[in-house]
Amino acid sequence: MKLLYFAWVRERVGKPQEDVELPAGVATVGDLMAWLAKRGDEYAHAFENPKIIRAAIDRAHVRPDTAIAGAREIAFFPPMTGG
Amino acid sequence: MPATIRLQREPFDAAAETAALTQGRSDIGAVVAFTGICRGAEDGAPIAALALEHYPGMAEAEIVRHVEEAQSRWALLGVTVIHRYGRIAPGEPIVLVLAASSHRHDAFAAAEFLMDYLKTRAPFWKQVEAAGGKTWVEAKQSDDSAAERWREAPSRRDAAE
Repeated sequence: MKLLYFAWVRERVGKPQEDVELPAGVATVGDLMAWLAKRGDEYAHAFENPKIIRAAIDRAHVRPDTAIAGAREIAFFPPMTGG
Repeated sequence: MPATIRLQREPFDAAAETAALTQGRSDIGAVVAFTGICRGAEDGAPIAALALEHYPGMAEAEIVRHVEEAQSRWALLGVTVIHRYGRIAPGEPIVLVLAASSHRHDAFAAAEFLMDYLKTRAPFWKQVEAAGGKTWVEAKQSDDSAAERWREAPSRRDAAE
């Protein structure tokens, strides 16, 4: 599965994107954030406060309880500040 | 209904975009134009520039979704949304929203709706470059509240019923 990171999430993780193999049991966006947070200090830092991290599946906003089955691309980013 | 949606690194000319939107049209009676401009200071401290990061693909998709919603809620005769990314110096434009209608009410409402949603839903992130270094701009609760009120607001068609 392709993961994308933007803004300070990208900076903390240290890379803009990666492909990962997910273990069984990672079913939702929230599960995925919890799993990522255990992958190392940089991930722990990026996902230390998952409540403020926003996510998108295949380029559409989703909530933490959204199932990730079938997703091609999941992105994590801070609240948006465009306009 | 035609809509022009562009993401681009380079500046834009709001007057030229308005002329392009209205050229040859005699049905349009109102165009509301909003231009967001890079300020030279944030919280009283001067800044060197803004750097805008975006999520290519999703940014376009999210803008299209909201333009389509605006078109369903108000009687629009044309919409233009241009959002820049990359480095933007103070005084330069960041974002343009044009909403054209036969009368002003729908054009004003649609332009404000689109800006409120661009602020909170379109995947762009501003970073301030200043003498003290680079800092990410924090999202404002007031922007969320501004977008939220459109959920309750009656559309033109609801109001007419």
